[in-house]
Amino acid sequence: MTDATDPLYQEVQGPTPRQMLKLRALGHKGLIFGLIVVGLLVVIAILAPILAPHDPYEQSLMNRMVPPVFLGGTWEHPLGTDHLGRDYLSRLIYGARVSLLIGAVAALISGVIGTAMGVAAGYFGGKVDAVVTFLINVRLAMPVVLVALAVVAILGGSLTVVVCVLGLLLWDRFAVVMRASTLQVSRRDYVAAAQVIGASTPRILLTEIMPNIFNNLIVVITLEMAHAILLEAALSFLGLGVQPPTPSWGLMVSEGKNMMLFEPWLVLIPGAVLFLLVLAINLMGDGLRDVTAPEGRS
Amino acid sequence: MLPFILKRLGLALLVAFTVSFISFSLLFLSGDPAAALAGETASGEDIEAIRRVYGFDRPMLVQYGEWLFSAIRGDFGESYYFKLPVASLIAERLQVTMLLGVCGITFALLTAVPLGVAAAIRPNSLIDRVALFLSVAGQAMPSFWFGLILIVVFAIQLGLLPPSGAATWRHFIMPTIVLGYYAMPAIMRLTRAGMLDVLNSDFIRTARAKGAGEGRVLFKHALRNAIIPVVSLAAVQMGFMLGGSIVVESVFALHGAGFLAWESIARNDLPTVQALILVFSMFYIVFTFLADVLNAWLDPRMRSS
Repeated sequence: MTDATDPLYQEVQGPTPRQMLKLRALGHKGLIFGLIVVGLLVVIAILAPILAPHDPYEQSLMNRMVPPVFLGGTWEHPLGTDHLGRDYLSRLIYGARVSLLIGAVAALISGVIGTAMGVAAGYFGGKVDAVVTFLINVRLAMPVVLVALAVVAILGGSLTVVVCVLGLLLWDRFAVVMRASTLQVSRRDYVAAAQVIGASTPRILLTEIMPNIFNNLIVVITLEMAHAILLEAALSFLGLGVQPPTPSWGLMVSEGKNMMLFEPWLVLIPGAVLFLLVLAINLMGDGLRDVTAPEGRS
Repeated sequence: MLPFILKRLGLALLVAFTVSFISFSLLFLSGDPAAALAGETASGEDIEAIRRVYGFDRPMLVQYGEWLFSAIRGDFGESYYFKLPVASLIAERLQVTMLLGVCGITFALLTAVPLGVAAAIRPNSLIDRVALFLSVAGQAMPSFWFGLILIVVFAIQLGLLPPSGAATWRHFIMPTIVLGYYAMPAIMRLTRAGMLDVLNSDFIRTARAKGAGEGRVLFKHALRNAIIPVVSLAAVQMGFMLGGSIVVESVFALHGAGFLAWESIARNDLPTVQALILVFSMFYIVFTFLADVLNAWLDPRMRSS
């Protein structure tokens, strides 16, 4: 038995792949920034009832459009109040829940659909591949915002409908990336070896293919989560996404739009938070790709 | 070349056919289109009458066939809300959207390609970092918010540009920037990656070795090769942009096809919505088809796949 703590062993082996990964991750500024911001916003979303100074739905017509503290307001409402006198900070905090929930669930649904299609196309090839490639082409030809708006308008805007519509529309990148990754992996010798010893197809897919395309999957999940969050905000901004009085950042921008002339912060604050969240998720995704991709290793 | 074009054309037609079926099926997503059209206060008799007048009582496939054959002839029926032929309604509004799309993609190319080239010539320089920052920010920027910020700054605070409408060319400046910025990051990244790739290749070293000037190497030899995939990406982005113009048009109250889509969705005007989905999809299909043919023409290796 080799003793892993033996200095000689350490010298010969050098750092393990896992340690190398950790080192690369810690040295990647974008990844660290993304992880911290996303982590912080997730904690804020979970602890919303504790952190929010007020009820996000409580209206107070006496306290409408109170400016934020840095524009001459008071600490009673640190980020002011909206056109119905609701505390803006509390609505922002609860809005993080809506964005993160929609982003995560939509990415999960589209991830399951797209991965199944992509892996099947890449592994089986032939007719399966032709059908999947065709479906990807059809999906890409459909204008996402327009179709999502139309379906939400017909079925009625609610959190569930928006999540399902986005989940059913955003699988294209999963299918494209998973197909390419599977194609690459299934040419490897270990897959051929598994086939030769008579492993069943599900077994090969689960134990040989999936673990080796998992890194790419994580990257696409983060990027599509950002995509879904932006789309939800756009749908809610157009009035055909999450419906009032639910606090959604896109909806808050839309509600603030009419007062934009005199109170531009009503639009600036929720948009800036949305921008920050999407930026952080994208940086996290790009960082994960740099850190896990072999060509990114130095 | 010809077999490739025919094969690619067949695929495009098949995609268009499938998309047309999906956009037609939207009508039936609500369950009963007659009831949806009649409104909540309508009586059972009213709904029956509407069902007969619009022919909703026939099998769905028959209705689809009729709709498709009319659509091919350019007849998309009558708008429920505007009481006008959908086709002329869209044709009129498309001019604004097409103009916006062309301006947007031009703006994106004119900023993204020079930035990408400059970034690739000097990796990790200041200009490379600025280009990276612009593309990362562009990918995270909600376009409706960006549009509103531009309105606050340039229309309200500085009073330089009109906040909304489509009367003069000055009305198109801010929408062009917002829509173009949406397409910029991808084009910039592809130009940079392509240039880096080409600049490290043997023929560039040969060109330099035989004493070609740096400008000649960069633009005559390198950019010509790096730009091929950018052209096809720009075509794809143009297709996406026309579909995405709905957000920009609603922010700037530009009465184009995207604005029409928003209006007709909000008013449950299904014939218009169906036609618009089909029209926007057709643009994407035509653009990607042209891009693929152009690519195959420029690069014979593409013809085999």
